[in-house]
Amino acid sequence: MANKRFTLTCCDGSSCLRNQARQVRQALEEELERQQLRQDVEIHLSGCVGMCSKGPILIVNPGYIMYGNLRPEDAVEIVQKHLVEGEPVSRLVISEDHLFNRFYRIFGDSEFFGRQMRIALRNCGIVDPEKLDDYLAMRGYEALARVLTEMTPQQVIEEVKKSGLRGRGGAGFPTGLKWEYTARQPESEKYVICNADEGDPGAFMDRSAIEGDPHTILEGMIIGGYAVGSHQGIIYIRAEYPLAVKRLQKAIEDARREGLLGERILGSDFSFDIRICLGAGAFVCGEETAMIHSIEGYRGMPRPRPPYPSVSGLFGKPTLINNVETWANIPVVIIEGAKWFSSIGTATSKGTKVFALAGKVHNTGLIEVPMGTTLRDIIFGIGGGIPNGKKFKAVQTGGPSGGCLPEQYLDTQIDYESLTKAGSIMGSGGMIVIDEDSCMVKMAKFFIEFTQDESCGKCTPCREGTKRMLEILTRITKGDGRPGDIEKLERLGMMIQKASLCGLGQSAPNPILSTIRNFRDEYEEHIHQKKCRAHECTALLSFIIQDNCVGCGACKRVCPVNAISGNRKEKHVISQQLCIKCGQCYLACKFNAIAKE
Amino acid sequence: MTQTAVQVKEDKLQSLREYMQTVKDRPYPESYLIEILHKVQNIFGYLPREMMDEVAHTLEIPTAHIWGVATFYHHFNREPIGKHVVSICMGTACYVKGASAVLETLKKELGIEVGKTTPDGLFTLREARCLGACGIAPVIMVDEKIYGQLDTKKTIDIINQYRKAAAVEQTAAGAESRRGKP
Amino acid sequence: MSKLITITINNKSYQVEPNQTIMQAADKLGFHIPRLCYHPKLSIEGACRVCIVEVEGMRNYVASCAFPVSDGMKIRTNTQALRKARRDIIELILDNHPQDCHVCERDGNCELQRLAASVGIRARHFEGERKRYEKDLSSDAVIRDPEKCILCGRCVRMCSEIQQVHNLTQAHRGFHTVVMPAYNLPMTESVCSTCGQCINVCPTAAFLEKNYTQELFEKLNDPNLVKVVQFAPSVRAAIGEAFGLEPGLNMEGQMIASLRKLGFDYVFDTQFAADLTIMEEASEFLERFQSGGVLPMITSCSSAWMKYMEQFYADMIPNVSTCKSPMSMQGAVTKTYFAKKKKIDPHKILSVAVMCCTAKKYEAARPELMVDGMRGVDIVVTTREAAWMIKSAGIDLVHIQPEEPDHPLGLSSGAGAIFGTTGGVMEAAIRTAYELYTGETLVDIEVEAVRGLKGIKEGSLTMDGKEIRVAVAHGLANASRLLERVQQDPTRYHFIEIMGCPGGCIGGGGQPYAQINSIPLDDEILRKRAQALYDLDKSKTIRRSHDNPDVQKLYKEFLQSPLSPIAHQYLHTHYKAKTPVGIIPKKERILSGDAK
Repeated sequence: MANKRFTLTCCDGSSCLRNQARQVRQALEEELERQQLRQDVEIHLSGCVGMCSKGPILIVNPGYIMYGNLRPEDAVEIVQKHLVEGEPVSRLVISEDHLFNRFYRIFGDSEFFGRQMRIALRNCGIVDPEKLDDYLAMRGYEALARVLTEMTPQQVIEEVKKSGLRGRGGAGFPTGLKWEYTARQPESEKYVICNADEGDPGAFMDRSAIEGDPHTILEGMIIGGYAVGSHQGIIYIRAEYPLAVKRLQKAIEDARREGLLGERILGSDFSFDIRICLGAGAFVCGEETAMIHSIEGYRGMPRPRPPYPSVSGLFGKPTLINNVETWANIPVVIIEGAKWFSSIGTATSKGTKVFALAGKVHNTGLIEVPMGTTLRDIIFGIGGGIPNGKKFKAVQTGGPSGGCLPEQYLDTQIDYESLTKAGSIMGSGGMIVIDEDSCMVKMAKFFIEFTQDESCGKCTPCREGTKRMLEILTRITKGDGRPGDIEKLERLGMMIQKASLCGLGQSAPNPILSTIRNFRDEYEEHIHQKKCRAHECTALLSFIIQDNCVGCGACKRVCPVNAISGNRKEKHVISQQLCIKCGQCYLACKFNAIAKE
Repeated sequence: MTQTAVQVKEDKLQSLREYMQTVKDRPYPESYLIEILHKVQNIFGYLPREMMDEVAHTLEIPTAHIWGVATFYHHFNREPIGKHVVSICMGTACYVKGASAVLETLKKELGIEVGKTTPDGLFTLREARCLGACGIAPVIMVDEKIYGQLDTKKTIDIINQYRKAAAVEQTAAGAESRRGKP
Repeated sequence: MSKLITITINNKSYQVEPNQTIMQAADKLGFHIPRLCYHPKLSIEGACRVCIVEVEGMRNYVASCAFPVSDGMKIRTNTQALRKARRDIIELILDNHPQDCHVCERDGNCELQRLAASVGIRARHFEGERKRYEKDLSSDAVIRDPEKCILCGRCVRMCSEIQQVHNLTQAHRGFHTVVMPAYNLPMTESVCSTCGQCINVCPTAAFLEKNYTQELFEKLNDPNLVKVVQFAPSVRAAIGEAFGLEPGLNMEGQMIASLRKLGFDYVFDTQFAADLTIMEEASEFLERFQSGGVLPMITSCSSAWMKYMEQFYADMIPNVSTCKSPMSMQGAVTKTYFAKKKKIDPHKILSVAVMCCTAKKYEAARPELMVDGMRGVDIVVTTREAAWMIKSAGIDLVHIQPEEPDHPLGLSSGAGAIFGTTGGVMEAAIRTAYELYTGETLVDIEVEAVRGLKGIKEGSLTMDGKEIRVAVAHGLANASRLLERVQQDPTRYHFIEIMGCPGGCIGGGGQPYAQINSIPLDDEILRKRAQALYDLDKSKTIRRSHDNPDVQKLYKEFLQSPLSPIAHQYLHTHYKAKTPVGIIPKKERILSGDAK
C-alpha cells in the first residue's frame, strides 16, 4: 500500500463473481489505464466481504468507502469523480455496516486478512473482551432479544436447521438436527454444554475465540437453551486456559448483572444460567460422554452410545453439547438469517471454519475462511507459501485425529466430505503445513505418542493397540524397523479404527494410516534402507564433515564424546562409531561444512 | 513460611470448608468434586491425603472414587512440588558425560529419590529427556535455568546458591512480619 | 408384552422382543457372542470390545452388550473381519499379560484362556512392553496380582454396585491404568470387607484367596499334631462343581470321607456349631426382647458383614449379636471342651476350617476371637483350596464311599444345615426362639417368607400374642439399604439377618469358579445350591437346633446353659469401631463408583 495513492479492493467472493465482479474490475483497469492512473493505484482482491446482496463490492481506501451494486459502466464515474476529483459517488455508496465486515474494515486488505471471512471471530481484536458495552455496541445480544420476543423455540430450531450449520468440533453433525433431538425429549430437566476442552496440540481456535469475545458464546448458549428447553448451561473448559476462564467469569457476571443471564432474561419468562466447569488435564474429556462423566465428578471415560446425550446425557438427562465455534456462530445465524448463512460455503458444508494455520508457512495464525476455500488458497494465498524456498510436502489437518494430505490434494475445496474423501478430517481446525524437511514417520509417531498418553485406558483396542503402534513406530525411527512392520501398523490401525469405544481411539490411527497411504516409500526407506530422507530421525543419520571444512575446530570442542579428530586448518573427521548423533557439531559449524546424510 | 502466608492458607482452607458445606445441599453435589480438588491444589500445591479424606467425608463420596479421579487427571499433583524443580537430563550425551554421577550427588545432597520433594519444600527432583544442551553436558535445569558442565562440586554449589537465596528471602519476610503488616 | 420386532442375524430373520441389547437377543436365540467385561448383574461397560458385531449402516463395529435392537436391524456376528478383529483384541490382552499359565492358579479354569482358545491365537504379532506391578499379599483373605488384570472392571463394579463397599477403583489412566484401593494402600489397610466377591467375578487370577494349602499339607504331615477339621454347610452344596458334577448335589458324606483320607484325625461339622450358635443367639434375642434390650438384634455370623459394620456402621454395634460365628464357636469348643474330653493338649490341636468364605480367613486371625491364648481356628481354606488339595492328594471325591462325621462335634440338625443360604439363619433361629419362648412346638418350621433370592425379605411371626417382625438381607449393598430403614425407624424390625454375600454363604468368595457354560453369580446355580441345603434339612429327623443331643450334652458337660459366664467367655465376643480409610455413601444413590 506504501507508495500508492489509492487502494481498490474488489470482492472476489462467489456471489460477486456471479454478478460480473470480474467485468467491473476489468472496466476499472481499463479506465485507470485511459486516465494514466494505473501506477498510482493498487488493486487487491478479497474474499467474500459478506454483503452478497449488494455485490459486486468495491472498497476504496483511504477512507474506506464501500461501493455496491456495481456494473461495468460505473467504472468510469468512480475513477473520474472519486479518484480524480476526490468526491465519492454517493448513489453507489453502501452505508450498511455488515456484521462481520467490520473486522475486514480494520484489518482487511492484506494477504493474510483479505481472503478471510470472520464470522465466529468477528469481534476478536475489535472489542474489549472484558467490556459488555463493547459487545452490545457490536449488536451483541440483539439475536437473543429477537429470539425471546419474536420467535418460538421451534422457529429457532428451524432457522438453525435451514442455515446448514454443522458442529465445528470436528464431527460435523448438523447442529439444527441435534437441537431438534434434544428439544423433542419430554424431560423438563435438560442441559446445554459448551465444549471448550480444546486439547489438540497446537490448536488455539477456541481459546482465542473465548479470550477475544466471550459474550458471543454466552449468547449462543442462551439461545440454544431457549430452543431446546434447558435452563442450565455448563461451559467445560480446560484448566490450562486461565485467561479464557477469567474472561468467561467476568462475562457471566456482567451478563447476570444486566439481566441477560439468570431469572426472567430481558423480562421474558425464560430463565437460564451458566456454570463453568474446569477440566484437569485430560484430552479425552473433549469426547461428549467422557466430558459428561467429568462434569459429574468421575474419571473422564466415555461410554457406549446409544443412549446418545440428546436422550440421556448429563445426570441422565437430555443434553445438548456443541463446540465453542458452533456457539459463536449462532447469534449471526439469527441476526443475518439462515438464508445468508447458507449462501456461504459448499453444498454440504455451510458457513465458515476457523483454522489454526501453523508449521512451515510464512503467515501462521488463526484464520477463518468460507467452506469451499481450497487448501492451496489457504497455504499459498493466506499463508504466503513455504519459507526458505523449500518444497511443500503435505498438510496435516484435524490434529491427532486427522491425516496428512500431499500435493495432489492441494486443490481440494475444504468441507467435511471432501476432506474425509481425501483421507483426512476437518477436525476442530488444526492445519499444519509440512515441507520436505519433515519426516512423515516421525510425525506419525509424534501424534500417536500424544494419543497414547491421553488414552483413557478403558477399551482394549485403544489402550493396548496404540501402545503397540507406538512401539513399532519408535523402533522404525530408531533404525530397528523390520519387514512386516508396515503391514502390522495397517492391521492394527484398521482394527483400532473400527473397534474402539470412542472417537479418540477410532481416529488415533488416522495420522499413521494416512502417512502410510501417501508416503509409504518413506516408511520403506526407514525400514529397509535405514534411511530418513528428511534427515530428522537422528538414529538414521550420519553426520559427515564435507570438503569445505576449514579446520577451525569448533565442532571438535563441542563434541561431548570426542568423536571428532583433526588438526588445525585441516579437514576434520567424525568417527561414526563414537558419534552419538547429538547434532551439536552441526549447530556449531559456521561454514555449513557438516552434512546430515 | 511467613506468618502472613500461613494465615492466608488458613483463610483459604476455611472458605473451602464453608464452600463444601454449601455444595452438600445442592443437587448433584458429587459434580463439584473436580472443582473442589482444584481449590485444594490451589491452597496446598498438591492434594494431601488428609484433604482427600476430608472431602470424602464431607461430600460423602467414596475415597477410592476420589483417588481414581485424582490419578486420572494430569493436572493434579499427588505429591508436593518444591519451590524449585531440579530436572536432570538423561539424554545420551549427558549420560556419556557422567549424568549418573551428578544424579547420585543430587540424591545424596538433597536426601531424596527421583520424583520426590525435600522435606523443607525447597526442591523437587525429576528426570528429563534430552534438554537439547548436549554441548555442555552433563546438564541440569533448575526451574527454567540450565546449568552445564557439572561435576560434584559445581552441582552442590548450585544447590547451595538456591538454599542461600531462600534463606535470605525467609529472613526478609520474617523481618517484615515482625514489623507488622501495613 | 410388547409387540415383537424383526431382526436379521447372519442372514436369517428372527422375531424378538424390543427393548433389549443385541447380546441379550442373540443369547436367547442361541448365538453366543464372546464377551469379557459384560456381566448381567453389573452395569454395562462396553470396554473389552470382544463382543463387537457388525450392524448394517454403522461405520464401525458396535458392542453387542450395549447396542439395542431395533426393527429391521441387520447384524453379523461372525464375519472374517470380525473374527480377525476379535482375535487381535484378545491377543493384545495376552501381550500385556504374564505368560505363566502352567503355574497359575486358574490354569484350566480361566476365562481369558478359554477365550484365547476359542478365537484360535497361534502366533503373537504385537508383543511389546508388559506391565509390571508388585503383588499385594498383605491381606489374610484376598490377594491382588495387577499384572494378571485385564481391566474388565468387573471387580470395581461388583465392589461398588453389588457390595457397595467402594474399596476398589481404576487409578491412573491409559496404559498405566491399575485397579487398586484408595491411595494404593495394601488391601489389609483398606476398607476391603474381605468378602471375596471380586474373586468370584474376576475372569483371571488378578484376585485370589490367600492360599494356605502348602502350609496345610505340611501340617497334615506333622505327626505331633491332632488334626481336626470342620466344614461349612455351603461347602458340601458346592464342592461337587469343582469336580465337574452338576450344581446342587450334596456331597457331605464324600467330603467327610475325603477329609479323613487327606489325613485329618477328626472330621467335625460346622453345622453342629450352627446349632450351638442358634442356642446362644435365640437366647440372646429373647433376653433382649423380654428385658427391653437393644433391638433390632442383628446376626453376626458373616465376617465380611462384621468388618463392614465395624467400619461403616459402628454406631450399630450395640444392635449386633455378641455371638461368634459358627466357625469360631466350633474352634473355641474344639480347643476347650473337645481337648479336655479327649485329654489332648489343646496346643497340639490343628484346628482347620473348610469354608465357602474368604472373610473367614480374616476372622480367624482376629485377636478378639482368641481362646485361652490360642487361635480357635488355625487355618481356613476355601472350597476351592480344599477341592485342589483333595485332587492333588489323588482322592476321588466323586466315587468315594460317604462317611459319617465324628462325635462329639459332628452331629447337626436340619436348622444347622440351612445356615448356608440367605434366610437360613433367621429360619433356624425362629424354630428355636419360638419354642423356647412359647414352650410350644412350631409346626410350620419352613418359613417361606425368608427364603429366596430377593435382596431384602421381610416376615413376621406371632409368639404368644406378640408380633415379631424380622428382615433378611444378603449382599452388603442390600445390608446397607436395610440399615438405612432401621436408622430411620428402629422399631420397624426386631430381628435381622445379614449375610455379606449375594445369595448368602452359598455364594461366598471361596466357592468353586463358574464352569465352562455358566457365569459367576448365576442365580440358577445359587438356587440349586440352596435347594441342596433345604433338601438336606428335610431329610434329617432332627430339624431344630435345640433338639440336637450332642449340643444338649455340650451344655450339660461344659457350657452349663446358654449365655452362662462360660458360654460368654468362649462363645461370645465384642466389636469396636474401625477407622475407615474410605467411606461409603450413606444415601442411596444412582451413582456406583466409576462404572455407569
